[in-house]
Amino acid sequence: MAFSISFYSPSILMSSVKVFKRSLSTTRMLANKQMTVRDALNSAMDEEMERDERVYILGEEVALYDGAYKVSRGLYKKYGESRVIDTPITEIGFAGIAVGSAMAGLRPICEFMTFNFSMQAIDQVINSAAKTFYMSAGRVNVPIVFRGPNGAASGVAAQHSQCFGAWYSQCPGLKVISPYNSEDAKGLLKAAIRDPDPVVFLENELLYGNQYPITDEVLDKDFVLPIGKAKIERKGDHITLVAHSKGVELALDAAKELSAIGIEAEVINLRSLRPLDINTIIQSVVKTNHIISVEQGWPYAGIGSEISAQIMESEAFYHLDAPVIRVTGADVPMPYTKSLEIAALPQPNDIVETAKKILGV
Amino acid sequence: MKEENFTKEQIIGFYKKMLLIRRFEEKAGQLYGMGLIGGFCHLSIGQEAVAVGTHAASKLGNAFITSYRDHGLMLACDSDPKVIMAELAGKETGCSKGKGGSMHIFDVEKKFFGGHGIVSAQVPIGTGMAFASKYQKKDDIVFTYFGDGAVNQGQVYEAFNMASLWALPVIYIIENNEYAMGTSVQRSTLVPELYKRGESFGIKGKQVDGMDFFTVYEATSEAVEHCHAGNGPMLLEMKTYRYRGHSMSDPANYRSKEEVENVKQNHDPIETLKKYMVDKKIASEEECKKFDKEIRNLIKESEDFAKHSKEPESSELYTDVYK
Repeated sequence: MAFSISFYSPSILMSSVKVFKRSLSTTRMLANKQMTVRDALNSAMDEEMERDERVYILGEEVALYDGAYKVSRGLYKKYGESRVIDTPITEIGFAGIAVGSAMAGLRPICEFMTFNFSMQAIDQVINSAAKTFYMSAGRVNVPIVFRGPNGAASGVAAQHSQCFGAWYSQCPGLKVISPYNSEDAKGLLKAAIRDPDPVVFLENELLYGNQYPITDEVLDKDFVLPIGKAKIERKGDHITLVAHSKGVELALDAAKELSAIGIEAEVINLRSLRPLDINTIIQSVVKTNHIISVEQGWPYAGIGSEISAQIMESEAFYHLDAPVIRVTGADVPMPYTKSLEIAALPQPNDIVETAKKILGV
Repeated sequence: MKEENFTKEQIIGFYKKMLLIRRFEEKAGQLYGMGLIGGFCHLSIGQEAVAVGTHAASKLGNAFITSYRDHGLMLACDSDPKVIMAELAGKETGCSKGKGGSMHIFDVEKKFFGGHGIVSAQVPIGTGMAFASKYQKKDDIVFTYFGDGAVNQGQVYEAFNMASLWALPVIYIIENNEYAMGTSVQRSTLVPELYKRGESFGIKGKQVDGMDFFTVYEATSEAVEHCHAGNGPMLLEMKTYRYRGHSMSDPANYRSKEEVENVKQNHDPIETLKKYMVDKKIASEEECKKFDKEIRNLIKESEDFAKHSKEPESSELYTDVYK
């Protein structure tokens, strides 16, 4: 568990953003208003903690250290040790404690330093958090957010690089969110914290420092995105690229390249993995007649497999001119060395080549 | 002794509650044999003094959470036996509408939070409820029960560590009935004094005769005082015994019939309290027979209620997945 990270200064950025908001509040789309995903997550937690005293954060290094990835930066200072709580390295212990506190009426945000470590705690996530509402016939709900970085990081090899999207999405009773950019991060994390059900919130370490344009609306304290609704990031008529998290970035890069050769791809950012917004995917396929799923996780029983199956079972099947193809991470544990790591992860070019192949270009 | 603090009526009340658990469990066993109850069904016959004695020492607002051997504790929390029996029978009138079964029963109004099927998972959960109590600046203690099998699970100690570190108001109650399924305590640990298991976390522990109501009550009262004084968690090891197998499918071949008979004859918690009541002229033999009849009628009502209730509608399959 060793991390080397860099990050931008959110405080400077945030104060400039606030000034902008006040002076130019009538201008909704100001092109150069930017926010990092890290700051978006941070402000989502900050706002929800301010809004609701029941909300608290616990996890390893979330308080005094300001977060292993600095996502909780400043919150300990602002809210104190009763609401921003450093735990020992004890995943199943603190996950279980968080679940119990949720059953007793609190709104915990349970940070896993990375989701790889959530495997130590998965019994509490699945058997306790996800199933209790059903097992009690609706008498005990568990309003909890399990969050932290998920998926492939960089150069940390097999045990620290894995996507748990498919794992958690398989379990009814859980909601699973996988945001891409700052707008997603803020609106969906706030929604997750307010949600009465357990939510697994899968962030991506490699996106934390990325800046994305945001609108005034996103900065609003009441900006909340609906869980279970995908977003069309880019419109196109020729092929649908459906992705989540870092995969959206890959799909958008690929769409740019495809556009240069006259292929207009529609890029769907799933945002939620469960519930899955299959209707948005179906509508897109009805229009484009072609679809590729993109994810960094493994192919076997992955998110793409689920999308593929649901398309087969829907009317979209009759609109397909080619089979659904999954572009995924390689079906191997993540290797360490750079060249092999790159080979194990989908690249924009893989998407471009796959698109060309199924379009017969 | 603490028994002097009780009125006659209170003592009779405790006796009747233990008897209720005993008869409820006997009936559950019988209905299981008849095929009216399915799946797993773990009876707590022999362990009644632990449930009733600890609950008797609790204060209003205190919460309770346990493992899958849970009917007895829920009854001790004054829940309606009818809804528990109906749940065991998988009926819509059950406390979980037939979706939870024997191992997943809840009564939030009575502060009974289950009923948890994974050995030891309730230990961090109960600790988390105590965390919430402290967070909300309440004084409510959480009684967290687990067996001698659960004490070898890692998450118990993760919870102990944080409960102690954060001085949470939780009383850990180990129901040491000597066997984790078929494996005796002696065969699963070199250090069988389970009350010592909190020592390295600074948690005070005490071994208690879990077959004697008053002893259980007294030890629990001390633990309640300890928690209320803000001293954090306390650990009670209740030495008890289960007369039946681990679950209904267990013929209990791992122990001798003599061993079981000895406990039944010489240490039965209900007989012990009965003898005390008769000796102290709190209730006569005749009156005790009357109580038994009362309880049997109550159990009969529960049985009828469960039998005559309907199974849940098929539409219930898809409800209560999300709030």
